[in-house]
Amino acid sequence: MPVIEAIDLRRTYQTTTGVIRRKRLDVEAVRGISFSVEKGELFGLLGPNGAGKTTTIKMLITLLLPTSGEARVLGHNVVDNPREVRKRIGYVFGGDRGLYERLSAYDNLRYFAELYGVSGSKQRRRIDEVLELVGLKGRENERVEGYSRGMRQRLHIARGILHDPEVVFLDEPTIGVDPVGARDLRQMIADLITVGKTVLLTTHYMFEADALCDRIAVIAKGEIVGQGTPAELKGNVAGGRVTEIEVFGVGEEILARIRALAGVTAVTVEEQDQKQLLIVRTTGERELTQPLLAELDGIEVGRVASREPTLEDAYVALVTAE
Amino acid sequence: MMRSLRVLGLAWLLHVKMMSRSAFDGLMAVIWPLFYATVAFFMFRTGHGSSSLGPIGLAAAVMGIWTAVSVPASSALQRERWFGTLELLVVAPRNLGLILLPITLAASTIGLYCVAGTLIWARVLFGIHLTIIHPLFFALGLIATVLTIASLGFLMAVSFVGSRRAWAIGAALEYPIWLVCGFLVPVSLLPGWAHPISWALGPTWGMRTIREAAYGGAPLGPLLLTLALAGVYLGIGVVVLRIVLDSARKRATLSLA
Repeated sequence: MPVIEAIDLRRTYQTTTGVIRRKRLDVEAVRGISFSVEKGELFGLLGPNGAGKTTTIKMLITLLLPTSGEARVLGHNVVDNPREVRKRIGYVFGGDRGLYERLSAYDNLRYFAELYGVSGSKQRRRIDEVLELVGLKGRENERVEGYSRGMRQRLHIARGILHDPEVVFLDEPTIGVDPVGARDLRQMIADLITVGKTVLLTTHYMFEADALCDRIAVIAKGEIVGQGTPAELKGNVAGGRVTEIEVFGVGEEILARIRALAGVTAVTVEEQDQKQLLIVRTTGERELTQPLLAELDGIEVGRVASREPTLEDAYVALVTAE
Repeated sequence: MMRSLRVLGLAWLLHVKMMSRSAFDGLMAVIWPLFYATVAFFMFRTGHGSSSLGPIGLAAAVMGIWTAVSVPASSALQRERWFGTLELLVVAPRNLGLILLPITLAASTIGLYCVAGTLIWARVLFGIHLTIIHPLFFALGLIATVLTIASLGFLMAVSFVGSRRAWAIGAALEYPIWLVCGFLVPVSLLPGWAHPISWALGPTWGMRTIREAAYGGAPLGPLLLTLALAGVYLGIGVVVLRIVLDSARKRATLSLA
């Protein structure tokens, strides 16, 4: 039996526009996604901002009701049996918030230990264990308001696993954390699997998903557009080529013409100070450097490079596909 | 049952700790009740002479408790939302009411300071010596008043959660409650239509208990009514909270989206 199961899960939000003539709009945040996560697996939900990752996770942890479809965690339906689900899961999200700033880390953990049913006799030992695990031992009596972003995030993780949940949901846990801190956090997440947890991780960092996840579902505009192991996803773009061209002032019209070229699968533009980096993914069957440069005629062009596609390219190809 | 009491106790302790650690809030908590008490003392001394200042001292003390609770209670859920902790509290396998009640209880406890502060202020500055006839009932009356104000605050907290201006509603209710609960003027002086509102409010009976205990009346009846109304507010609050939470999960409000 899968530990987490989502079957044709949908969630629609209602919003309004206008002041005098108010108009109601339905926004489909999640459009029928299905996936399952097995015991001991680290499963990644990968997608750009607004793709529906957080909405999906919030339905799975019982914070939101699905508009339709079904979801089960450890066999318990998230709509009919939220209390049983809540007892068995841990939820960690990224960012500065979610902690009581005026309390010490120890008091924060003591509070949540009580709320999540850690018995009084075990609380001190368990709090010491998780503080040790996240590397905050010795700093637990300081107020959280003096903590760095990385320390707060480690405290978030400590809080999420305090009651020893079987399943841990991590919603963009490394967002805004510096590279060294993020690397430590990723190690911590990997360690959760070694102690037998099942983890569902949402992120929009490709390398993070690649480094951590056993399997990944790529989500875009509320739908799963690709699913598999990192190697399988990379295989989707195997044989292709990526051409990177530094340009100065490329417009939408030219980009449209490049997209229309035979063999081009995806085109993205990264803004880099004065210049832009044009990234063109192709099928690899044809050499497209010359046709690309021809389309850029009249535009100042800098460095041109061609390389093998990475997992990030596979991801971009999936989320930008029409 | 023991677990629920533990949650209540620890949550109350930690919220008192948090509330007492803000220098600004602390300063306000010290100054405001004394300011209110001073205004009330001057008004009544001018109008009635110094003989009526004892009851006014008591009234100013209870006004302080209500002042300490009204705004923090009405915006309690919003504050948790700003902290980013609301979702974590909702997703905890506990009754959310059990988690929220200690917040208003803590605010109410902080308000207890107002009683001590106001009475000391009254003695030092205005020479009011208060002799309490039934000290036990006086203490019970204070505890019951704290409980009923905390419960009323809990009901406000869950009722105003949908409003972005919850704190403003709490602030707007501050003076009307002083008036309608008979803190400064007797309820009997209010228009007839306001009497049922006064009777339905726990602080009215809490105030009456404290007065009766201080001046040797019959405090038991109002004491029981104060506690009963605290129970009624809690019951209604729990039902409202259930409705609010169900709605929040359906409509993705409460920052649950």
